[in-house]
Amino acid sequence: MGSVGAKEVPQLLNEAGRRIDGRGLEDLRALKIEAGILNRADGSAYVEWGDNKVMAAVYGPREVHPRHLQQNTKAIVQCRYNMAAFSVDERKRPGLDRRSQEISKVISEAFESVLFVEEYPRTSIDVYIEVLQANAGTRCAGIVAASVALADAGIPMVDLIPAVAVGKIAGKIALDLKKEEDNYGEADLPMALVPRSGRLVLLQMEGHMSRPELEQALDLGVKGCLKIYEVQKEALRARYAVRSTEAPEVAA
Amino acid sequence: MDLPSERVLVLPGDLIEDRGLRPGFGTYREDGHLYASVMGILSPRPPFMRVVPLAGPYIPQRDDVVIGVVQLVGPTYWLLDIRGPHFTPLHMTGTPWKIEYGECGEYLRPGESVIVRVEGVDAAKRVGVTMNGESLGKIEGGFIHEISPTKVPRVIGKGGSMIQMVQRATRTQLVVGQNGRVWIRGDDAGIQRVRSVLELIDMEGQRRGLTERVKGFLDSGALVYHGPEGASDGEAPGLTSNEA
Repeated sequence: MGSVGAKEVPQLLNEAGRRIDGRGLEDLRALKIEAGILNRADGSAYVEWGDNKVMAAVYGPREVHPRHLQQNTKAIVQCRYNMAAFSVDERKRPGLDRRSQEISKVISEAFESVLFVEEYPRTSIDVYIEVLQANAGTRCAGIVAASVALADAGIPMVDLIPAVAVGKIAGKIALDLKKEEDNYGEADLPMALVPRSGRLVLLQMEGHMSRPELEQALDLGVKGCLKIYEVQKEALRARYAVRSTEAPEVAA
Repeated sequence: MDLPSERVLVLPGDLIEDRGLRPGFGTYREDGHLYASVMGILSPRPPFMRVVPLAGPYIPQRDDVVIGVVQLVGPTYWLLDIRGPHFTPLHMTGTPWKIEYGECGEYLRPGESVIVRVEGVDAAKRVGVTMNGESLGKIEGGFIHEISPTKVPRVIGKGGSMIQMVQRATRTQLVVGQNGRVWIRGDDAGIQRVRSVLELIDMEGQRRGLTERVKGFLDSGALVYHGPEGASDGEAPGLTSNEA
């Protein structure tokens, strides 16, 4: 369905409604999260999500560099999203490019809206996201990792934020696109959610969707985020080897 | 044990039953409900519902005794690293010495350490410290070991029980700063054993039976700590999840 000129377009959806890797339209790729993997960082996390491998490290709150970015009433969140040269098929030229600058910016803003930044005036909370292996959805994997790393660092926040990309392949809305689906599909809609309030803190879209499709995609994305949220929480509990049983301490 | 027997782990965003208490550290109120804002152990202290964090930065508070390291010498002050978000100035009037303008460098040089007390923290979280007071002053000799600031209460123990036990067993003297720096004085073997104990507390501070573990380590006479026992087999350390 993609329009990629002479290139051969893979069949994204078979007759049985299965995707390239055998998943259904509403299935996530396998997700594994580990918290607290780096000793030098204040908080850290490692995420394997399908063929994505992403590491996040958090430092701070600490002095702001460069100084002129400092704000007198709150902390700033400085995120750096970076793809390793070996993370993609063809060598990626190292360093910041337009794409990673944009992603760094939107992720910083997503976190700034969930962290209690007013508690640390004149400081910076630095989040480093390193993509070691990429297979579509790395900004979402980065947010998932950074969110766990921030909680691991003990920085107060409203909630963990799970993220996932929803897309449109072969005319159907599908959850969590992999590389081929992202390249040859019709649309890609990465989103990050605050599960407690249902507030979206990141929403971008590439390609085309009709309004009903967008609504369907958002619903599917929220469902996916809630699944990821559970994996995030389990990773944090595993850090302190907690059994996730009993204790109905919650009220509602 | 200074924690209630049923210790409940909460994660950011977890709903907490407020039991009529007000939001304290590590919690926030929204739409009439109380939620956790950090990962930690639920610890109601009327009139506040608090979460004792398992990790986190050092946040200076009034009357904290902390160990600072001189970073920079000014004409009338030194800048100290007290592991807070910012360097903290120690003014020459905050010392027991009579110092002339520009002579600060003759008393404390970069890299030297001092025990200071936090005099106050203003609304912009600027911190003032002083070296005037009992058991404050320049640190000479010994070793400074750093642990997570959230583990400081575990190092001290209930009524100072843990610190006394360690001091007796290793024949050392300890000064624990609220910022997680511990000054150890003693012979080389004693210092090494205390460092190992501090590593143990840093790693296993949230587990049940910490005192017994520390006692076991000290009784074994070992010099080096080799990581938690049975931690890799997924054993539960006595924390319970807040999952409904």
